[in-house]
Amino acid sequence: MRDLRRWLLSLSGLAAFVAVWALAVALSSTHVVPSPWRVARGLAELAVTGALFKHTIASLFRVTWGYLLGVLLGVPAGLLLGWSGRAARTFDPFIQLFRPISPLAWIPIAILWFGVGDPPAVFIIFLGSFFPITVASMNAVANVNATHINVARNFGLSSYQLVRRVLLPAVTPDLVVGMRLTLGIAWLVVVAAEMIAVNSGLGFLIIDSRNAGNRYDLVIAGMVMVGLVGLGLDVVMRRVERFDGLRWSYGAANTADAAEGARP
Amino acid sequence: MSAGAPKPLGRAKVKLAVHGVSMAYPAHDKPIQVLDKIDLDVREGEFVCIVGPSGCGKSTLLNIIGGFVQGTAGEVRIDGEAVTGPDRRRIFVFQERGVLPWLTVAENIGFGLYDLPPAERRARVANYVNLVGLRGFEDAYPQELSGGMKQRVEVARALAVDPDVLYLDEPFGALDSITRLTMRSELLRIWAAEKKTILFVTHDIEESVQLADRVAVMSARPGRIQKIVDVDLPHPRDLSDPRYLAIRDSIFEEIGIAHRV
Ligand SMILES: Nc1ncnc2c1ncn2[C@@H]1O[C@H](COP(=O)(O)OP(=O)(O)OP(=O)(O)O)[C@@H](O)[C@H]1O
Ligand SMILES: [Mg+2]
Repeated sequence: MRDLRRWLLSLSGLAAFVAVWALAVALSSTHVVPSPWRVARGLAELAVTGALFKHTIASLFRVTWGYLLGVLLGVPAGLLLGWSGRAARTFDPFIQLFRPISPLAWIPIAILWFGVGDPPAVFIIFLGSFFPITVASMNAVANVNATHINVARNFGLSSYQLVRRVLLPAVTPDLVVGMRLTLGIAWLVVVAAEMIAVNSGLGFLIIDSRNAGNRYDLVIAGMVMVGLVGLGLDVVMRRVERFDGLRWSYGAANTADAAEGARP
Repeated sequence: MSAGAPKPLGRAKVKLAVHGVSMAYPAHDKPIQVLDKIDLDVREGEFVCIVGPSGCGKSTLLNIIGGFVQGTAGEVRIDGEAVTGPDRRRIFVFQERGVLPWLTVAENIGFGLYDLPPAERRARVANYVNLVGLRGFEDAYPQELSGGMKQRVEVARALAVDPDVLYLDEPFGALDSITRLTMRSELLRIWAAEKKTILFVTHDIEESVQLADRVAVMSARPGRIQKIVDVDLPHPRDLSDPRYLAIRDSIFEEIGIAHRV
């Protein structure tokens, strides 16, 4: 019941937005913004021709690979850097210097190194994922309670056991949150990357709809799709955060979330 | 021998010897001297309390003795061997802060028993779950427990590996007065039954006189051992016994606070 009301509340916000949009377009009879109906028709048109599906899959494919590569390299790198003070001091300047460079600034280099097609796009998403997840992993280690490490030392755990039984469980909640935020970044980056280096994907769909005949209804339809998929990815990752093995962390790590989840 | 009679500790061998331990923490201008040449011998099976004003370096001293922190001078020997790091034969109880939140009560208590066969481990865990009165909470996560229950988990986890020495840093600090009394007598019972050597930090003078064979009184920073007071009263101690009161008041006096409000 409560759930239903919360849903209705969220939906009514969206409905109000669409209504204002429709009204504004109708009253001003503007041509710079298509009406919601035209966007909806555009979405339907793209769905029927299969273009929507094709481009969404293309984007998801690139994000999957770039993101996975970023996580597979970034998580161990971040854990190592977080664990070893010396490694952190050596590599931290490097990371701090590269982190503020937008992955999109790499597009020319990516094309130079990888040509056209998927590889440069995947590379750019990799860069967009690697730095945030590395930093998140470093911070996760830095946040490990020193007392817990002392407990492990006191009970005579070997280094391997210490990592497996204390360090990894301790960082997992922070890591999962970091992975969710990083996936959001990867999704932001893919759309931008696809406007330049490739000829498929939602980013390409958006830019191509403008270039081939100023179909702004399709531009916005593409944007809506980007939003929907991004939302879907976030929902999936939040599910992972609520995964039963992480139940212990709700109290400590994200009290606000837990309180919300606990509401009937 | 019954737990009631005072033990002939004079004849027991020295278990733990602290020799000239000093500690200075680096600071902006000059290092802060926290401990100044601490000497302390603890005999096997002895229960020693360390009391002193807040910030005098009790926790620092216990951490050095436990091998977690390196002092700037001096050494700690256990059974004649210099301490270079923590060891499973000597367990530190970190109030409740050492309970691992991702493990259940049973998993926490079994944390140090990794080299036992599973059946034996289960039996040992069940035994200590009972001992600290946590039956029915085996599968609960620490976040579902009260502060006092978490402290009991830590104590049980420490006892489960059957250490020779226990270091306790204000283990009952966060407890309400009723649970604290229960835990005190529980600790005394375990100490008498299992013959552990116990080093117990507290800033509660009453508590120290109720528990210890000897009370080491520390001065304010830089911490020195100002006096060591023998408490040769049998357990259970009568808290209105004039001898008990005299010892307690002598410690209050030593620290320089009149025992009147
Ligand atoms: N890691 C540290 N770095 C710098 N100074 C520290 C550090 N740890 C403790 N100190 C200082 O050393 C002094 C002694 O601290 P300690 O925690 O040993 O006192 P304590 O006697 O246990 O106090 P309390 O009864 O309040 O627990 C304090 O003044 C504190 O500021
Ligand atoms: Mg302290």
